[in-house]
Amino acid sequence: MDANVTPVPVTPTLKADVRDLDFYYGSFHALKKVTMPVYERKATALIGPSGCGKSTLLRCFNRMHDLYPGNRYEGGGIVLHPDNTNLLAHGVDPIEVRMRISMVFQKPNPFPKSIFENVAYSLRVRGLRNKSELDDRVEAALKGAALWKEVSGRLSELGANLSGGQQQRLCIARALASDPELILFDEPTSALDPIATASIEELITELKEKVTILIVTHNMQQAARISDYTAYMYLGEMIEFGITDQLFIKPQKKQTEDYITGRFG
Amino acid sequence: MSNTLSLSEPSVADLSVSDRLRKKASRHMKERVIESLLFLAAAMSVLTTIGIIYILVKESYVFFQMVPLSDFLFDTQWTPLFDDAHYGIMVLLSGTITSSVVALLVALPLGTIIAIYLSEFAGFKTREIAKPFLELLGGVPTIVYGYFALTFVAPLLQKIYPDLPGFSLLSAGLVMGIMIIPYVSSLSEDAMRAVPMSLREGSYAMGATRLQTALRVVMPAATSGIASAYILGISRAVGETMILAVAAGMQPNLTFNPLESGATITSYIVQVALGDLPHGSIGYQTIFAAGLTLLLITLAFNLLGFWLRKKYREVY
Ligand SMILES: Nc1ncnc2c1ncn2[C@@H]1O[C@H](COP(=O)(O)OP(=O)(O)OP(=O)(O)O)[C@@H](O)[C@H]1O
Ligand SMILES: [Mg+2]
Repeated sequence: MDANVTPVPVTPTLKADVRDLDFYYGSFHALKKVTMPVYERKATALIGPSGCGKSTLLRCFNRMHDLYPGNRYEGGGIVLHPDNTNLLAHGVDPIEVRMRISMVFQKPNPFPKSIFENVAYSLRVRGLRNKSELDDRVEAALKGAALWKEVSGRLSELGANLSGGQQQRLCIARALASDPELILFDEPTSALDPIATASIEELITELKEKVTILIVTHNMQQAARISDYTAYMYLGEMIEFGITDQLFIKPQKKQTEDYITGRFG
Repeated sequence: MSNTLSLSEPSVADLSVSDRLRKKASRHMKERVIESLLFLAAAMSVLTTIGIIYILVKESYVFFQMVPLSDFLFDTQWTPLFDDAHYGIMVLLSGTITSSVVALLVALPLGTIIAIYLSEFAGFKTREIAKPFLELLGGVPTIVYGYFALTFVAPLLQKIYPDLPGFSLLSAGLVMGIMIIPYVSSLSEDAMRAVPMSLREGSYAMGATRLQTALRVVMPAATSGIASAYILGISRAVGETMILAVAAGMQPNLTFNPLESGATITSYIVQVALGDLPHGSIGYQTIFAAGLTLLLITLAFNLLGFWLRKKYREVY
């Protein structure tokens, strides 16, 4: 960290914390008493072998599971700070949750709309109509996603005309446009080539100055490069959570060590 | 490969060369036969189409030798059976257009709404119950719809608007619209359901409601399929015969007012084809010219559909 004007707090602020969360796909118990903190304006990585429940946990944060019948949250829930709201509580509207917590998916999924409308989408669904405000915020979001230079001259072209890496940055711009408090990334670079991956990684590193990031990744180098905290999951359980450097250099649990040294997974 | 396997059944390598060849030859034969059958089936439909076009063009040519094209297009009367014969196709076309517009005003919005509901809102159970009913609606013989229009819808409309004639383009068109709903809804629904979940998830993740997702993401993504559904609906409306023959009255009438009665191209064709006009008479010849007009309209819409599908190819 370079010396900023504002002093970096020694103990990070809590943005959200998962408390004894259980999750069921029908009768399948996918998350078992998961507990973990998410710190404000930090990137937290979720790692673990395929099928361990990383995506499942991530998708609890924006109530994506509500879209499908038979899914059930149980246990303590996820508390969002500073307002202390339990995102999973019954009275909480999932749409309200998604207004605060945005998401970027594994495969770029731009809407069949122009580049401009893709980014404006999250603003329009919030009822924003004012053209000049839309223009400003779309521009800011595209700049935030390091895409503005490439697309400023062709905002009316279809989003699908962009390259895969550009599409993913478009999806990041779309997620940024509404100023979310937390952005969820589910393996955002797994469908991209190394150069596009590098640019997305750089982008995420920049983004965490402003917004809290929770990212699922299969790539441990990626987790090490971009995250401040890392959580290792196995079979639906949270095995270990820690500062990324410490977790990779000196894991507390044998299972974590086996996984990160490649002896398993 | 293990020895135990080759003991129980001979592997390919154990068969003599001629055995293997024979097997290949017979399979080859079988494939050739199936291929020929498939080709024949395809050729049959192409030949039929060519045959229909050939007859329509040939007989229309005879017609247009007797009646100038300008009269056909611009005359405002259609009285081929009178002594003072006029052949203005606009008269029939106006009936076709008016009844089709009424039908489509019913079928396109309702069909789309039903498709959106079934694809994006209805649960599994509702869909399973609703779909067979819709299919039933599409399976009712059109003559039944015709009598429904004449004996139920027309009297009902007359209660609201007493001046409405018993035969009207409105009552026929409305019922025709109901008939077309399932064609529009089922194709549109298929198109919307084919939109990948990832797009919907993207929309929900941005905080969109179900309705916003359906209207702003799913529908645009399914544009090409929905356009095809609309084109099919239009073709059905333009080509529909029985409902109009029964419920719209068969008097040629140059009008775009649905509250009047009128003949359409199709209802005129049945009328003449069922009547006892001598073959080769100019009166009989008119049905080919009318039929060709109908074919050209349908062709135009098919080309439009083709162009729309290309333009709005699914982009997800
Ligand atoms: N819709 C579903 N219905 C039932 N079981 C599911 C469903 N989705 C995931 N699962 C199961 O839940 C477990 C966790 O899945 P999840 O997708 O969270 O794994 P993951 O850690 O993200 O894996 P990957 O790294 O392969 O993406 C797996 O055992 C999976 O089979
Ligand atoms: Mg996953």
